Amino acid sequence: MMPAAALEPAEHAWAPPHALLLVCLSLLVLVLWCISLATGYAPLDLAQALSDIANGNKTLGALVLVELRLPRALLGCFVGFSLGITGAGMQGLLRNPLAEPGIIGVSGAAAFGAVAIFYFGLAGAFALALPLGGIAGAAAATVLLYGLAGRGAGTMTLILAGVAINSFAAALTALALNLSPNPYAVTEIVFWLLGSLADRSLPYVWLVLPLMLLGWGLLILSGPALDALTLGEDTAQSLGFDLARLRLQLVAGTALAVGSAVAVTGTIAFVGLVMPHLLRPLVAHRPGRLLLVSGLGGAALTLAADIGVRILPIRPELKLGVVTAIIGAPFLFGLIYRLREEA
Amino acid sequence: MEIEADAISVRFGAVALFEGVDFAMRAGEMVGLIGPNGAGKTTLLRVLASLRAPEGGRVRYRGRSAAELGRRELARRLAYLAQDASVHWPMRVDALVALGRLPHRRPFQGVTAADRDAIEQAMAATAIMSLRSRTLAQVSSGERMRVLLARALAVDARVMLADEPIAALDPLHQLQVMQLLRAIAGEDRGVIVVLHDLALAMRFCDRLVLLARGGILAQGAPARVLTDDNLAQAYGVEVVRGERDGIPFLLPWKPSGQGEGGA
Repeated sequence: MMPAAALEPAEHAWAPPHALLLVCLSLLVLVLWCISLATGYAPLDLAQALSDIANGNKTLGALVLVELRLPRALLGCFVGFSLGITGAGMQGLLRNPLAEPGIIGVSGAAAFGAVAIFYFGLAGAFALALPLGGIAGAAAATVLLYGLAGRGAGTMTLILAGVAINSFAAALTALALNLSPNPYAVTEIVFWLLGSLADRSLPYVWLVLPLMLLGWGLLILSGPALDALTLGEDTAQSLGFDLARLRLQLVAGTALAVGSAVAVTGTIAFVGLVMPHLLRPLVAHRPGRLLLVSGLGGAALTLAADIGVRILPIRPELKLGVVTAIIGAPFLFGLIYRLREEA
Repeated sequence: MEIEADAISVRFGAVALFEGVDFAMRAGEMVGLIGPNGAGKTTLLRVLASLRAPEGGRVRYRGRSAAELGRRELARRLAYLAQDASVHWPMRVDALVALGRLPHRRPFQGVTAADRDAIEQAMAATAIMSLRSRTLAQVSSGERMRVLLARALAVDARVMLADEPIAALDPLHQLQVMQLLRAIAGEDRGVIVVLHDLALAMRFCDRLVLLARGGILAQGAPARVLTDDNLAQAYGVEVVRGERDGIPFLLPWKPSGQGEGGA
């Protein structure tokens, strides 16, 4: 494993008080969430719509708010939080600033699960077919991951198993595109894979929220063990942490949170890589504290990007995953440049 | 006995590293684990710390096994200072030392007064108070070793197991760390330390365990372990000996042309 301490410059010895940081980030997420609610294509009198909902009037405004805006804003929040917190968890586990939640292969498999639903023409069969397919893909990948890199296997085995699962899911996705019955299905699959929050309904939210909450809980509980892991595996173990259990906990948490995120939105790149990296100096490089902070940062970034795609005068609407990748990739160039400078 | 190990065998596949090793340590004792490269010093230390299960034999802590004690209790009793001094994130020095308190921490509990005392004492003992708000990227390698030692001290454990804590240090810091370990052992705590420096091992340890040729070649008081014959057999070196203020010392002088270390 790379000794990351050598890669991370120490120019930010100062860090804000942790509680203050959490409050500020939470407020930022709240503000962006409200802006996301207020943003959209149909003109909407937000105050009127809210009072309609309060009075039980099923007006068009109330319908737009509840059926279109609300699920989009909620999912932006939850999906972003999932990506941010799992990114921080994976970087902490692997002690590598270039790790991201997709590294264990669950997101690739979730994407394939949804693609299979499109391929077999089941997307319209019932309302939740797509996310359920994605979740099934993520679950299958998790079982495979435990089979390949179960209890007793080291971190390297886990990464290799992730690479293998990712390649296999990508191959199956390519196969589905290859054998696709008509160009329309191909377009549908490709557009879905690009990642978007548009046109998701509230049942999507209720389907994935419990899974995500469970995943977030598993990740947050692993905080002290991730702190201890800063000193290496032997020392972490000598401090009373069971590393095999920690790996299982982080893999399960990541699979639950990211698997369900990808199942509803498709692939949204770079949030899980960039957020932990940007925010790490603000928690004085403490991996345990980074979890929640990175989750909030991920929610803020995802909401902001999703507001951006609706405000930008580009039609057809840019896919959210495309925007985060376009913002994120240059960031990666910068990161590589900095690592090279310090080498 | 603080730590008692009976008939420990370690094998990597079909190859035995050592077999039938017995080891015991009393409270207040400083035991040096010495031997040539590849003899299994680090592995034995990891077995004693229950970081690795031996292929044969068992380790007991005041008569109880690691399983009986449980991970947390064991972590409070033993502090382990790894040979690998890499720290993966450039955390602040005081936050790093505070990691030593994790075995005492309840879930979601903050730093208690007892934690704070232990952290301050550990930093004072290792003279790193002035470094507390620096990050690990801003200290020298000697300072880094002292920070890691402070982290192990902060555990406030009955036994400290240290793997080559002075290998990367200059002579002054080597002496300071050995004096510090000696002082810890004096306070009714035990120290087991893996060492390559025979002169310092001879001077600071109560007892030495010489690991070589697949088992314990000799153990006991330093003068009885570091005989010409044992050194030739274990390391394949001849030493010169001297005395200063009534304390004997030795210096490796030349290969003796016999024994595994000379090959």
